[in-house]
Formats: sequence, structure tokens, C-alpha cells
Amino acid sequence: MNAPQTTSPAMLPHAAEIVERIEESPTIFTLRLRFTDPAVHQAYGFVPGQFNMLYLHGVGEVPISIVSDPEDEHMYDHTIRSVGRVTRGLAALKVGDRIGVRGPFGRGWPVKEAEGRDVIIATGGLGCAPVVSVINYVLRRRERYGRLVIMQGVKHAADLIWRKRYEEWAALPDTQVLLTADQGGHGWPFRVGHIPVLFDEAHIDPQKSIVMMCGPEGMMRAVIADMVKRKVPEESLWLSMERNMQCGAGRCGHCQHGGNFVCQDGPVFCYPEVKELLGVKGF
Amino acid sequence: MAEYQFLPRQELQRLFDRLRTAGFHCIAPQVRDGAIVYDTLADAAALPQGQHDRQAAGSYRLERDDSARCFAWANGPQALKPLTFAPRESLWRAEQGADFTPAALHDLPTAVLGVRACDLAALQIHDLHFRNNDPYYAARRERLFLVAVNCSHPAETCFCVSTGDGPEAQSGFDLVLDELDDGYIVRSGTPVGGAILRDLYLEPAGAAQREAAQQQNAAAVAHQTRTLPGRNLRDTLFARLEHAHWDDVAARCLSCGNCTAVCPTCFCHSERDEPALDGRSSVHYRQWDSCFTEGHSYIHGIVIRAETKFRYRQWLTHKLGSWHDQYGRSGCVGCGRCISWCPAAIDITAEAAALCGS
Repeated sequence: MNAPQTTSPAMLPHAAEIVERIEESPTIFTLRLRFTDPAVHQAYGFVPGQFNMLYLHGVGEVPISIVSDPEDEHMYDHTIRSVGRVTRGLAALKVGDRIGVRGPFGRGWPVKEAEGRDVIIATGGLGCAPVVSVINYVLRRRERYGRLVIMQGVKHAADLIWRKRYEEWAALPDTQVLLTADQGGHGWPFRVGHIPVLFDEAHIDPQKSIVMMCGPEGMMRAVIADMVKRKVPEESLWLSMERNMQCGAGRCGHCQHGGNFVCQDGPVFCYPEVKELLGVKGF
Repeated sequence: MAEYQFLPRQELQRLFDRLRTAGFHCIAPQVRDGAIVYDTLADAAALPQGQHDRQAAGSYRLERDDSARCFAWANGPQALKPLTFAPRESLWRAEQGADFTPAALHDLPTAVLGVRACDLAALQIHDLHFRNNDPYYAARRERLFLVAVNCSHPAETCFCVSTGDGPEAQSGFDLVLDELDDGYIVRSGTPVGGAILRDLYLEPAGAAQREAAQQQNAAAVAHQTRTLPGRNLRDTLFARLEHAHWDDVAARCLSCGNCTAVCPTCFCHSERDEPALDGRSSVHYRQWDSCFTEGHSYIHGIVIRAETKFRYRQWLTHKLGSWHDQYGRSGCVGCGRCISWCPAAIDITAEAAALCGS
């Protein structure tokens, strides 16, 4: 039998030190981490779209996607919105504090399937975090991919984080950045409305594009519906799902979405894999 | 050595003794708090002799008569589940400053006597879920020696014939017994079981004894009246997610989670942390959870299944539906426990029939 060891990185957290803490907004922050054991740090690897379970001493664990590039060997970044018991506690930590990290878990973005194609990123809310790693991945291997279109929708103009980063991306060749807010307001130079208002400007080539999306499910369903109308094949639509996750390895049962264990079979899914239950209340 | 051997009832203690000599901790059925439970037992005289269970939707009662039989009942609230998938166990311990130590593996060789076919089927399902994915389950499972006893007295709530899992144990046992009035027909299912059996130096079972055992199994099959409307209800159930009957069952369901606690295949568990009073260390443990709790589907401020209707639908569509996607079969083995132990007398076979009927 090949059960993992009790000390395997999937079972047991390893200590990591907060090397840097970045305040992204009043409720969103990024922790840059380094494993305290150099051998663990060296051995750790992940693919864009995977997540870690972050452990706050005495409080608990929470699943957080990894936003850094897999080939950045210096540290691992997690962008977190403080919303619950664990994340509010994590928000109070300072540089030099230690947490536990278990992972990485799950299936990441289809970076191989995307080679040679236009990469269309559509995200909502803090949904951008799980795709930042894929954006960085594409940018570092620019010659392997076609156009890169980054579209982000937020509820209120004030919700937009990483504005400077978007501006930097927009200045890159073959890269288009499109932003929209449901409610714009004074000083919002971008579009107003739900994310599909951006799609005409994105000039999507349905046969050449691969779409990666992340954010609230209602938003992702709206993107899917619009993309299908534009004749983008369903097999080219990929989304990152969120559910309650406690073990990270398809054991504890909380993340089940029909027959899928989101933590293990996902969190990134090809649309046909989740189509049957996507948008059905209660699943 | 003959394949079928006979163990006279007065010599049953020899089986316990042989297992203990071989280094096994013995677990066997016994009566506690008005129910059959499995726990440590090394004395054959403490088996539930003459006990019969009368089960119905929302009801479980033991009755005793002067029968010499020790296994003339169907089941109790437990299956093998607590022995392999512990109701609560710690996984690791954290020290302030984030040093982590895994919990020790529990690897006491354990023999269980009186295992039912439904529970063996459930164990095989849990093997698919846990065995290659969980060192704590795997350690307990590797050291389990299983003595099945074919079920001769199915309860009114049983429907293992309908799910294809009983009443006769097909596989997964080290030894299997048929209980007759004067003793047991014994057969081994593994080399380890064969070695234990050989050391008992039994006589071969006679043709009449084997004939009696066959008739007993046929009677146990014929006794069952409850059925599920099919072995694979996946597509039927997922085509009926908006069926009005989900509201009907939700009006009766208390969302208490009893069904998931007694179900031998339900595997959901939560992971929690328990800090020491001085805050310096903390234990990370897991314990059985239920899809009938509010917290099961909680995600950053949202409860995906806030209504009982959605929780019952999640449970049933998983158990009888999406389980096929995950493990190639239904998650129900027909033990009927969720029927007996439901305080609202909800009957999975009746609900499935109402949902899947035309």
C-alpha cells in the first residue's frame, strides 16, 4: 500500500517565516514566505493554480492559492482577504513571525495546453489572486504563448487592488489589460458594468483562445455564457472553484461538488467537468 | 484440510484464544445500552447469546430468548468504521514557533469477530477512499483480522440483497462463519485465516450442515423486503434535483446527522485545533463530520447548504449518485442503519423510490 507518510508535506505542516508583508488594501494583504528548513524550501515545488493550507498557531488552517511564480525560488507569496477566524489572525502577523504550511494541493492551470494560444484571463473580486501566478508564468515564458488578455471586474472602484501592477502589464507587448467596475465613480478611468462589457474590446479569437477564469461563480457563469455565444469551445474554458477545504487531499469530503473533490480534482477545472452542477444552488 | 470445517459451539472460545495467542486484540459484539456494539471481548460467554434485534424506521429494540445462538441479530449502530476511521484522533501537534510533530500510528493487531457482509462491503469502499491516501487509516487497516459471520437474521430495515452486498459475505474476510444451532461452519478467505483455522484442528463440516447453512442463507435473502429502485441511480437523481419530494423529506428531516454517524461508508470529517491552556502547544485533530451540519459547506462567510433540503439532497445524491463517479459503485451497502437510527423515521429506500419513480 502506498499511503503517504505521516511526515509527508501533504499530511504535516512545515514551519515558514514571513519574510515580507504587503498591505494591498484595508482587508487584503500578501504574505511572502520562506520555509525555515532550507531542505524543505529547496524540495518544495508547485504549479500555478495550486494552493497551500496555511496554519495559524492554535487557531487552524485555511486554503490559500499561491500567487508567486513556481520558478521564484526565494519565497512563496499568498494574497489573503481577512474574512474569517484564521485569516483575521494571519492579518495581524508581522515580518519574522512563523506559520505552518502544508501543500501544495490540487490541479493547477493548463499552462501546457495553453502554449501557442491566446491566453484570456477573466477574474472578479479578489479572484485575480489565483491567476496572478499564471500571468507571471506566461510573462516569463512570453514566446510560448499568443496574446495575453487580462480582464478584471470589481464591484466598486475602491475594490481594485494591484492597479500599478495592471498598468505595468498593460505596457507589455501583446498584452491587453481591461478593467471594469459595477459601480465606477469619480476618478475611475475604466469601463463600468459587469465583466462581459469588456469582451468586445478583447477581440477574442474563439479557436485560438484559452480562457482562464476565477472569482464568484455567478461572474464565472456570465463569462462562460458569453464566451459560448462567441463560439469559444467549452473545452477551452477553465475555471478555479472554491469550496470548504480542510484536508486538501480529497479525504475530508467538505469540498465535494458532485463527484469532484475540488481540492484534489480541481481547484482548476475544465468547464465540461463541472457544467452539470455549476450554478445549481446547494452544490 | 477440508475447505469447510465445523466448530462446535462449546469450542468457540478456542477461536478467541487462538487469536489472542497469535497476538490479536479481540473485538466482538456485545450488548451495551440496549444495543449490539463492537468492543474488546475475549470471552465467548459474553457474546450476545439469544439476543435478537427488532428494527424498524426510527426504532431499534433488543429482545432475548433461550436460543443458544450468538449472532441471531442483524447489526447495531456501529460498523467496522470506528476501528479503521477513528471518530476522533489527533494528526499532529504544533509547538509555538511552529515545530510540528505527527501523531503516532495506531498499529495494534486487531481481530474482529462477527463482521457482517454489509460492513465488509463498506470497508472495501473505505479502502478505496482512505487506504492509499491516509497513513492513519492504512496502519489500522493493515493489522485487521476479520472473522465474518454470515447474516442469518436480517432486520426489517435490511436491504443488502438489493445493493448486492449480502447477506452472505463474499470477500474481504480472513475467516467466515455460518452459525447453526449447534456450532459454526468455518472457512478461510486468506492465508492468515487459513493458518489460524489449521491450528484449531477441526473436523470437516458434514453435508447436512452445509445444506442447513445454504438454506439459512436463502431464507435470509427471502426475508428482505426493502429494496432500492436500482443499483445505479446517478443519472436519475441528478436529473431530478428540482423534484418536489426534496421539500417533502426536508419537512421531516431534523438535519441531526444520525444517518451519517451510523452509515458505514460516510467518510466526512472535520479538522480542528485544540490549543493547550498555556497557548504554547496545540493539537490538530480530526473528527467525524456530517454534511447535515451548517459548517460543512461554509466558505468565507457563505453557507452553501443553509437549508435542510440541500443537505439531504447532498447526502442522497452523493450516497446513491456521485459515489459512482468517485468509486465505481453506490455508497450504500444496504445495512439499513440510517433507517433505524433516524429519529424522524426517514427511510432511504422510500425516499429513493419517491424521487426515482415516474
